[in-house]
Amino acid sequence: MKSVYMDNNATTYVKKEVLDAMLPYFTDIYGNASSKFYRVGREAEQALYTLRESVAKNIGAEHTNEIYFTGSGCEADNWAVKGIAFAHRNKGNHIITSKIEHHAILNACEYLEKQGFDVTYLDVDEYGFVKPEDVEAAVTDKTILITIMTANNEIGTIEPIKEIAGIAKKHKVIFHTDAVQAIGHIKIDVKEIGVDMLSLSAHKFHGPKGVGALYIRNGVKIDNLIHGGGQERGKRAATENIAGIAGMAKALEIAVEDLEANSARCKKMRDRLINGIRTSIPYCRLNGPEDEGRLCNNVNFSFQYVEGESILMMLDMKNIAASSGSACASGSLDPSHVLMAIGLPHEIAHGSLRLSVGEDTTEEEVDYVIETLPPIIQRLRDMSPLYEGVEK
Amino acid sequence: MYSEKVMDHFANPRNVGEIPDANAIGEVGNAKCGDIMKIYMDIEDNIIKDVKFKTFGCGAAIATSSMATEMVKGKSVDEALELTNRAVMEALDGLPTEKIHCSVLAEEAIHSAIEDYKKRGGKVNENK
Repeated sequence: MKSVYMDNNATTYVKKEVLDAMLPYFTDIYGNASSKFYRVGREAEQALYTLRESVAKNIGAEHTNEIYFTGSGCEADNWAVKGIAFAHRNKGNHIITSKIEHHAILNACEYLEKQGFDVTYLDVDEYGFVKPEDVEAAVTDKTILITIMTANNEIGTIEPIKEIAGIAKKHKVIFHTDAVQAIGHIKIDVKEIGVDMLSLSAHKFHGPKGVGALYIRNGVKIDNLIHGGGQERGKRAATENIAGIAGMAKALEIAVEDLEANSARCKKMRDRLINGIRTSIPYCRLNGPEDEGRLCNNVNFSFQYVEGESILMMLDMKNIAASSGSACASGSLDPSHVLMAIGLPHEIAHGSLRLSVGEDTTEEEVDYVIETLPPIIQRLRDMSPLYEGVEK
Repeated sequence: MYSEKVMDHFANPRNVGEIPDANAIGEVGNAKCGDIMKIYMDIEDNIIKDVKFKTFGCGAAIATSSMATEMVKGKSVDEALELTNRAVMEALDGLPTEKIHCSVLAEEAIHSAIEDYKKRGGKVNENK
């Protein structure tokens, strides 16, 4: 078996149509979109408008100018959190988020705490769900922002963001959602959900790396992110990465167009993988919700008595690419904050494995993983002092 | 990220297992941190006749356990006590910075087994 890529929650390859949509902006329409006094500049400006229109349409934004291009999903998240905090600090200093957000949100919040802001990090239940009633209970007259992710990148939990958006609206608090993992897997319509701001990142849905966007509903006051020229309505200066933006727009267009077929296909592979692992490996636990509450492409298991990095290394020797929430795999001392938040003990969290399928994942590939994984887990268990006596 | 030697000792670890009537057992680390090393030794006349290990941990934890057991096998107790984490690391052609603690754990595991041996006065302990 040649290499099997099971890490689509980390990143995805760039589709051929996407690459083709990008290429002209490197060599032909290379003008600076701010240089309007000659043809190649105007062409870039016109292209940028069309691309922005396309992104706006594909996430259900009412106005084209509500889309702000950024250099990444992380940047969009950081801007949303810090930009709202600093623009509204005269109104209040309280932010509500959850314990399972991406580090782009959590570390931005921690930074704000050092600047005098108060942050409530909501608990989640054992499946990773934020309870809307907890959000409502946390709101005070000082609350200026609620930020809850659309879907979790590690365990695939799809959060009740529509309900949370309703609560935010009721209390006149700005609501942001990090939809980086959700685009291409669940339908995203900013108006229908009722969010004020939404982050996305192109490379998670077969676009290029280094480009993302923040949707900011007109009327939401936010601090400027990069001071410089007048790009992005003066809020985020920098000559636009038009090739990247073209790639993102194309990738989003395809993702939205093929959403139903692709998510059905992913779901089939996901469930085949979950069932196969469950029936062939004892002492395992599916992290995150079952079925409907779960991203169509995410699988996350904990295997008792073994450590995640070792699993990844052995999978790599069999040409399978995956990821883990163990401390070693994350390069820190603690296992994943998400696995801790759903209540896993440290040693169970250390033994986690995330396998995320893509729209091209085949049954053959899934079966190869199901066949390869059990002997790996058994081999590591046979080496583990924690497993002594378990089977005897 | 890992040297070829580390990969070799991870993929083909030496001395994995238990010694049923070991007269020295050392265990260090904890599950919370994600690394536990357990070393079994059969020591006769101050010579480490046999040594085995069981490790719960990352690739570096397994590789350092394997290398450390290789380095003390057949050695005297005093020689084994001189084993340092640096020597284990060097024998593996280095470790990434965040994995140095694995080599420290391997050194500690060897030392802890020998302490156990001294405590028991060389006897096989029934309740291992």
